Amino acid sequence: MWARRNRVLQAAQWAAPNQGLCLCPAPGPAWGWAGLSGCRPSVVAVELVLFCCLSPSPGEPAADMDELDVEPPLTLIPGVDSNRKQMCFAWGPGEMLVYETLFPKECAEKRPGCPNIFIVRKDQDVYSQTLRKLFNESHGIFVGLQRSEEELAGKSRKAQLVRVSKNYRSVIRACMEEMHQLAISTRDPELQCQHSTQVSILSAMELIWNLCEILFVEVAPAGHLLLHLLDWVRLHVCDVDSMVREVLSSENPSKHKDFWNAVDSFVLQGRMDDARHLLSKEASANPTSMGMCKILDDLMKKMPILSIGNTQTLTEMELKWQHWHEECQRYLQDGTFASNLHMESICKILLGDENAILEKKELMTTWYHFLVTRLVYSHPTVKPVELRFYAQSSLDLFLGGESSPEPLDSILMAAFEFEIHQVIKECSIALSNWWFVAHLTDLLDHCKLLHSHNLYFGSNMREFLLLEYASGLFSHHSLWQLGVDYFDHCPEYGKVYLELHIERIPLNTEQKALKVLRICEQRQMHEQVRSICKIMAMKAVRNNRLGSALSWSIRAKDAAFATLISDRFLKDYCERGSFSDLDLIDNLGPSMLLSDRLTFLGKYREFHRLYGEKRFSEAAKLLLMLMTARIAPCSFWMTLLTDALPLLEQKEVIFSAEQTYELMRCLEDLTAGKTDNQKLQVDDVETTKVEILRLALARNLARAIVKEGTLEGS
Amino acid sequence: MEDFSAKFVSQKISKTRWRPVPAAALQPPELFATGSWDNEENKISVWSVGDFGSLGPNGEYQGEPQLLCDIRHHGDVMDMQFFDQERIVAASSTGSVTIFRHHQNNQTLSINQRWERAHYHVDPDTPFYGGASCTGVICNNPEIVTVGEDGRINLFRADHREAVRTIENADSSTLHAVTFLRTTEILTVNSIGQLKIWDFRQQRNEPSQIFSLTGDRIPLHCVDRHPNQQHIVATGGQDGMLSIWDVRQGSMPVSLLNAHEAEMWEVHFHPSNPDHLFTCSEDGSLWHWDTSTDVSEKPSFFHQGGRSTTLLSHTANQSVISAWLSNNPTKDRMEITNLVPNQTLSVNSLDVLGPCLVCGTDAEAIYVNRHLFA
Repeated sequence: MWARRNRVLQAAQWAAPNQGLCLCPAPGPAWGWAGLSGCRPSVVAVELVLFCCLSPSPGEPAADMDELDVEPPLTLIPGVDSNRKQMCFAWGPGEMLVYETLFPKECAEKRPGCPNIFIVRKDQDVYSQTLRKLFNESHGIFVGLQRSEEELAGKSRKAQLVRVSKNYRSVIRACMEEMHQLAISTRDPELQCQHSTQVSILSAMELIWNLCEILFVEVAPAGHLLLHLLDWVRLHVCDVDSMVREVLSSENPSKHKDFWNAVDSFVLQGRMDDARHLLSKEASANPTSMGMCKILDDLMKKMPILSIGNTQTLTEMELKWQHWHEECQRYLQDGTFASNLHMESICKILLGDENAILEKKELMTTWYHFLVTRLVYSHPTVKPVELRFYAQSSLDLFLGGESSPEPLDSILMAAFEFEIHQVIKECSIALSNWWFVAHLTDLLDHCKLLHSHNLYFGSNMREFLLLEYASGLFSHHSLWQLGVDYFDHCPEYGKVYLELHIERIPLNTEQKALKVLRICEQRQMHEQVRSICKIMAMKAVRNNRLGSALSWSIRAKDAAFATLISDRFLKDYCERGSFSDLDLIDNLGPSMLLSDRLTFLGKYREFHRLYGEKRFSEAAKLLLMLMTARIAPCSFWMTLLTDALPLLEQKEVIFSAEQTYELMRCLEDLTAGKTDNQKLQVDDVETTKVEILRLALARNLARAIVKEGTLEGS
Repeated sequence: MEDFSAKFVSQKISKTRWRPVPAAALQPPELFATGSWDNEENKISVWSVGDFGSLGPNGEYQGEPQLLCDIRHHGDVMDMQFFDQERIVAASSTGSVTIFRHHQNNQTLSINQRWERAHYHVDPDTPFYGGASCTGVICNNPEIVTVGEDGRINLFRADHREAVRTIENADSSTLHAVTFLRTTEILTVNSIGQLKIWDFRQQRNEPSQIFSLTGDRIPLHCVDRHPNQQHIVATGGQDGMLSIWDVRQGSMPVSLLNAHEAEMWEVHFHPSNPDHLFTCSEDGSLWHWDTSTDVSEKPSFFHQGGRSTTLLSHTANQSVISAWLSNNPTKDRMEITNLVPNQTLSVNSLDVLGPCLVCGTDAEAIYVNRHLFA
């Protein structure tokens, strides 16, 4: 149930061609490869032993980092034969790519290369539907904790942290319940097994978290500490309630085979009122033992208990305890319960008799239950620092050398020893995902418990674990959005991680691109903003959506690309003689100033609009300005001059004499600028065009001079 | 927040829609549909908030939404509308438009009809045919209008295999949303901040009117029309701004209201109580805008849980004229409340009907409030 699980858990298989395999890192969490289509997957019935390189264990001090705490787990990938071919692998953000190379190993027969590429995923838990709820819900709590007021002093801060811790636990519980429902509702035995494993892992998580909450977050003082530990045991060993239900529902409860087990269980958990209630059944059913029951009931009733709201001092408590203890002792010694073995053993338990308690091993099921029971009846005012001794001896006594402690035992033991780093380290090794350690460490860090601890790699443990967890989220096709907030709260490397990961999010739709863009813009990640806009602009250009492309490059303030697209627009115009996407070009507004070419495009369109509206003199002025102010690219001047032709041929004079001179200069500049060599290549059409223009200009000049002369004269 | 029941659903929700209640019915809605996005496998799901859950001490409903059925949807669900009581139209990021039928007797969903290539890119240089995301869909039985990233507008009829009318290149930028203005006229918003009116009676493939925000070209993401006064239109933009337009006059918005800190994904007038408006945003907030000028005059309809809606929307009308179109709505008492505080991830979609509100988020949660005006 609570076994160490491999981090490399899932191997997906794709077919690859035998030869000419070409690999390239693709922009996205998935791997890209070329030439895969049309090949059927073929399974090779051999195995590859893959050494999974675990990230260095964060709890380890720098000095002995070279020694591994545990042997790295081996993962067999079905269908890979490392004996036959040399293997090759490449890291991805959340996965690893494994494939056979074309190099055969020595003394291996020559056969075609590996037909498969394997994608090996590191963190399978991320892909669980139920755990997604855990990730999402805890994300909200995490963000809330980061935003919470650090200034809150003392008690209220502590109360706040305890509340956060409880919220985390309730999320684990909800998830556990759902997983449990799934486990009992499914018929597939394999799935059922999978779900039950998850349930036990989640329940262990909650158990550990709860203990850490009591010891590290709540920091309960002597006396109260035990009350919390009792609650902890009651919450996690809940077989007793179903047992009691069964006992009580029987016809004659006191004769039920589990009757005394139920009473014992209540006593072992310190639930005195419940135990007394059950005991009354025996008293009423069995008149002979009534007297005995009455005395035992009285003892249970009198047992001094500290309560949370009580102002009783510890010394008072200890004094009362002493008296009560002596009373129990008296009854035991004078043989009051001698005739009833059950009641005698209960009395022994009340006295804290270790052997009597150990006899009930089956009822307690775990050593930590034994520890708490032992403390309740022999050291009710135990101090936090003393816990470690009792814990160790309880573990030893309980296991009795019969079995060795499991990972869960070592984790709890480390917690009782207040070795926080050890707890986190052991959890990192034992648990199959980073969720638990990342969130617990973050919480403990907010309790200011981890300050002195720095790692020789990365920044500190909290950040290291958060980065690992968030990276896992980013490798998921859908959960990546959650990862962003985690990176945000990693002061040292968070930004860099985010930058690297966010670039690999595939942008299938504009809406998704907008969401990614918003994330980058909020964090002033200009480089990424530019790259996203460029990707989207390129896509739009490829799809022939020039308007969209221009919008994207305007958003990125990408002048070069805006120029490129403007040229496409102008080219389209030259070819078709009309503008496309008028709704966009007419509404460029201030963004027109982004690039010279874009300005020209906007202004040139404005010229056409003025011309269309028959506002000829304005149009003429604008046209001339486009050339004289050098806004128009030289390559476009001929088109502009040709556009001037109809204006020159209008009935009334539009270009003044001065303007005509300027037009002429433009034309001469254009033709003079060309080398002789170019001139030779100029075709006849061009030459004719120039001739026509010259003629039109000359005629217009004549008309203008005449008109201006007349006007001035009159 | 206490009035909300939340449910985590293990998929990022892109759309939530109440199933319309029959005109004669007095009950609040009981079913809603959701669509997911960005999953390896996306789904359309139908949920029930009916009263078969446990009742609280005061008789109020306490249970969370229950999943009735779901069906695979190819691509992200970009938009979704109920066509009628049992049919749902969904727009996909692959460019297809699908009508799903919800069989209520055995609680299943099936594909009723699909237009595979409703929206697509044509690229002469490559042999690839690329689907273009269909970003918006609106129904007015029997007509369905869709818009997409390809700048196309399609008019479908539920009983026709082919599109009844297609306006190619209707917009040079991406069309983000569409809604009916009147039976033959539609409104679209695009990524350069323009609001356009299209009239299907005209054969020209040009908008009959273009409205735009001044100069800034801030993209508009959503649009909704006032249920009773069809000339009042609300749009939400990329900067989270809420704009109110009077399409009878001018080409600029009547009022601009600073709202969210990021993209406003949806805006909805309350269908029967239109002095209430709801908006949701990428910044994770869901706002309730209340312009009923005097709290005591608030129609009593919602407190009593169902009487004639038409009568009350009449009375509500009077205050609305002044409220939404006054040049400075903040001067009038406009109460704005954030309904889901402390939410960090985007609220992608919301829907209101009667006293009920449902919204879906990127944090993979659905929130339902059944006592909006309590």
